[in-house]
Amino acid sequence: MTDSAAARPQVNLNLVGLARTDYRGAPSTLCQGCGHNGIASQIVAALYEMNLVPENVVKFSGIGCSSKSPTYFLNRSFGFNGLHGRMPSLALGAMSGDVSLKGIGVSGDGDSASIGMGQFKHIIRRNVPMVYIVENNGVYGLTKGQFSATAEKGLELKKQGINQFLPVDICAEALVANATFVARSFAGDPRQLKELLKAAISHDGIAVLDVISPCVTFHNQETSIHSYAFGKDHEMPLHELSYVPAREEITIEDYEEGTTREVSLHDGSTIVLKKLDKDYNPTDRMQASIVLEEARSKNELITGLIYINPGVPNFFESFDLVNEPLNRLQASRLRPSKQALDELNAMFM
Amino acid sequence: MSDESPTKGIKTVSEQHPVVNDFCLTISTVNGSGSATANNLLLRALFRMGIPVSGKNIFPSNIQGLPTWYAIRLSKDGYLARLEKDDIVVAMNPASFSRELEYLVPGGVLFYADDIKQEISRTDIITYPMPVKKLMKDADVAHNLRDYVANMVYVGVVGQMLGISLDELYAALDFHFKGKKKAIDSNFVVIKAAADWAAENLEKKDRYRVERMTGKTDGCIMADGNTSAALGALFGGLQFSGWYPITPASSLAESINEYLPILRKDPETGKNTCMVVQAEDELAAIGMTIGAGWAGLRAMTSTSGPGLSLMSEYLGLAYYAEVPCVVWDVQRVGPSTGLPTRTQQGDLTQVYFDGHGDTQFVMLIPSTVNECFEFGWRALDIAERLQTPVIVMSDLDLGMNQWMTKKFEYPNKPMDRGKILWEEDIEALVKENKDWGRYLDIDGDGIPYRTVAGNKHPRSSYFTRGTGHDEYGKYSEEPDVWERVLDRIAFKINHSTKYLPAPVISSNGKSDIGIIMSGSAEPAVIEARDQMKAKGMATDSMRIRSIPFNEDVEKFLKDHERVYVVELNRDGQTRQLLMVNFPQYAAKLVKVAHTDGLPLTAKWVRESIEAHEEKLA
Repeated sequence: MTDSAAARPQVNLNLVGLARTDYRGAPSTLCQGCGHNGIASQIVAALYEMNLVPENVVKFSGIGCSSKSPTYFLNRSFGFNGLHGRMPSLALGAMSGDVSLKGIGVSGDGDSASIGMGQFKHIIRRNVPMVYIVENNGVYGLTKGQFSATAEKGLELKKQGINQFLPVDICAEALVANATFVARSFAGDPRQLKELLKAAISHDGIAVLDVISPCVTFHNQETSIHSYAFGKDHEMPLHELSYVPAREEITIEDYEEGTTREVSLHDGSTIVLKKLDKDYNPTDRMQASIVLEEARSKNELITGLIYINPGVPNFFESFDLVNEPLNRLQASRLRPSKQALDELNAMFM
Repeated sequence: MSDESPTKGIKTVSEQHPVVNDFCLTISTVNGSGSATANNLLLRALFRMGIPVSGKNIFPSNIQGLPTWYAIRLSKDGYLARLEKDDIVVAMNPASFSRELEYLVPGGVLFYADDIKQEISRTDIITYPMPVKKLMKDADVAHNLRDYVANMVYVGVVGQMLGISLDELYAALDFHFKGKKKAIDSNFVVIKAAADWAAENLEKKDRYRVERMTGKTDGCIMADGNTSAALGALFGGLQFSGWYPITPASSLAESINEYLPILRKDPETGKNTCMVVQAEDELAAIGMTIGAGWAGLRAMTSTSGPGLSLMSEYLGLAYYAEVPCVVWDVQRVGPSTGLPTRTQQGDLTQVYFDGHGDTQFVMLIPSTVNECFEFGWRALDIAERLQTPVIVMSDLDLGMNQWMTKKFEYPNKPMDRGKILWEEDIEALVKENKDWGRYLDIDGDGIPYRTVAGNKHPRSSYFTRGTGHDEYGKYSEEPDVWERVLDRIAFKINHSTKYLPAPVISSNGKSDIGIIMSGSAEPAVIEARDQMKAKGMATDSMRIRSIPFNEDVEKFLKDHERVYVVELNRDGQTRQLLMVNFPQYAAKLVKVAHTDGLPLTAKWVRESIEAHEEKLA
């Protein structure tokens, strides 16, 4: 299946004989500078470096800007863009067809933290083995700038006024739902993001990855408190919502574990990221809760691998299924015998 | 026993015509008292005696403490519809005692627990008090089981008075408890004691009795529609069922779980070949099912009206993205929570028009338990053949009640997996330099070829979406692309009738009068037609088994002057759908629709049609 790469021997090939371009998707149609594009790039990089064959990966998404992004990576993988907040159920059913496939689901804060909260929680408690990325920007982009449930209290958005409610913390929700892998990163921190993606892909269970992914167009508050702290005066408020200026993608230099880093967003606001300490033990669930709570009280977003428990059987293991993919079973193995029906008929007489 | 004869003034048994194997016996109990076992014993024992029987459970949406009725109809002629009046009532519930009396026919029979000290207002019935408490006190039964086993008293007394043999009751117990000796014996001891008591203490004064008969139940079984649908699906190679509990559909998914270990262990490895997942809600149940169908599994969910409403959006996506899946809608009375434990054919128009935008869903409508089995496997074939959701319209009456039905027949054709391409198929296309696109109509039948996740060929994958897409699955907002794809899907559905079960047409003499019905409306129509025929009015009937409508439906409408459309809903939904599809015949269609939560009766059907005919005369 690698003949396309073999025809280009001059490029760098990975261990399965594929070039980085074999992992690409269609060109992004999201806004220039959107954090989601950076995430797509890191998914491409991670899978290439992990020597995964694209045909062994299956992609899912719900509805929203984030959910468009599975088309921007892995052209050679099957994908299904489902309904708002209902990617998890779709993914569970689809992965049942062939449990040897790696599942990557991409959702957003609008998709997962509101209508999708139920399915988000339930795919976690079932420990369906897949990566669940929440591209989190605190705002509904595709419907042009309404608050999402992860927007911090007090955030002011054009046309929306001031957000009155405390935000949903994706990582805290995942931890409470007994996720076996909880991590957070920032779309503009490619090195950390790629490493966390690799860890998530390697995890044999649900891997929730909350990625703070700034919206270049609509998260244009003029004052802000809590985690998206106000940075400096907004110089150019957007007058036309349909006008989207081209911007540079935000990236930050690598920074040390245990330190914090302020990041200026497109609208001039800043967020404070804090990397987990080097000696932080991500297998301690209690510690994970404390770290999240401490960060919340300091208006920081903790990044890194917050919790992992690799020892929990995944969802499919409990079904004692045949070894080969269910979707390759021939009819002779699916239809019981005539004798079995005769016995049933005798029973119901 | 009271010294005063409760049967004063009515004919003694010797003066009356005996009524043999042709009456309705209704048992009135409190729900949660475990009466279902007792009722099923009587039903099965009668069936084992060769008597055509049907049992209808009229129960409340409640766990314990409210009145519940179980109506057993014995019909030597094989009629299975509900009767409006009771010939015999077994009254175990003081709360509904006075109401039971109203439903008894003159000369009817009342068995009652003798601790019910209420006035018996009727003098034209025969009464048999049963000393339930005393017999239970004498019986050697563990105290905590007494309430459950108390119902065995009426099994024994009624059995004795009607002539049901103890051997048959024992065999029915053996069936019910799947051979578990202890359970069988602890119940049987009470039945026997009660039967002995009745033989010694009750004098037969009524005209009803049962006799063993032959010829009517040969080759028949007794089962409910939900169990049968589950079995049919398992014989259809079902691989995935995502579901969420809802009355009256829950027992369908639960039956899949029950029979899975027996039927679907892989013959080669002993491992499982089918998954059942209880979802968090119907939104997820349909999401899982569509995901599984998309990945190449034979996938199904089962629900009722409220759940179906929640599934609409995903069904619309599956229609447009062309994902095969099967949904069993075991209909109950709506709108809203409605009468959740009563039956209705109320979702027909909802399903037909389900989803926003232009959609049309393939619908199968089984009428018998046997057909529930058949449609269980056929629906999976049709869904994969047409790459579209198939909705099977059952209802509470068919799904949850016990019916005498023909034996299940083994699928008469190989599994149809539809147009699916694996690696070697794509390789062959590539070698022949042939084009392939997920939504490309290569054969001109509107049905494209599909690939599924797990196919390792580099040209196999595509991205599935509910947004506009072209023949290659690529995102498109082009006006002509949108219209072309939607028109092709319409063509595919409109030309699907050759894959669907055709209508069943029956005639009892040359007639200008046609009767159309579907689903569980059939038994009442069969009986009503016989009654009308006996009075000199021949009719033709057509039972619709699938939508889009078969070409025979149009012919039937064309060939009849008046067509009565009989159904169990308020608005005449089948008639509405016929009018939409055949506006040229709309004026011929007469609505015979009614819904009060109970199954139709032949009397109501006949009287409705006769009333309309008289108006014309």
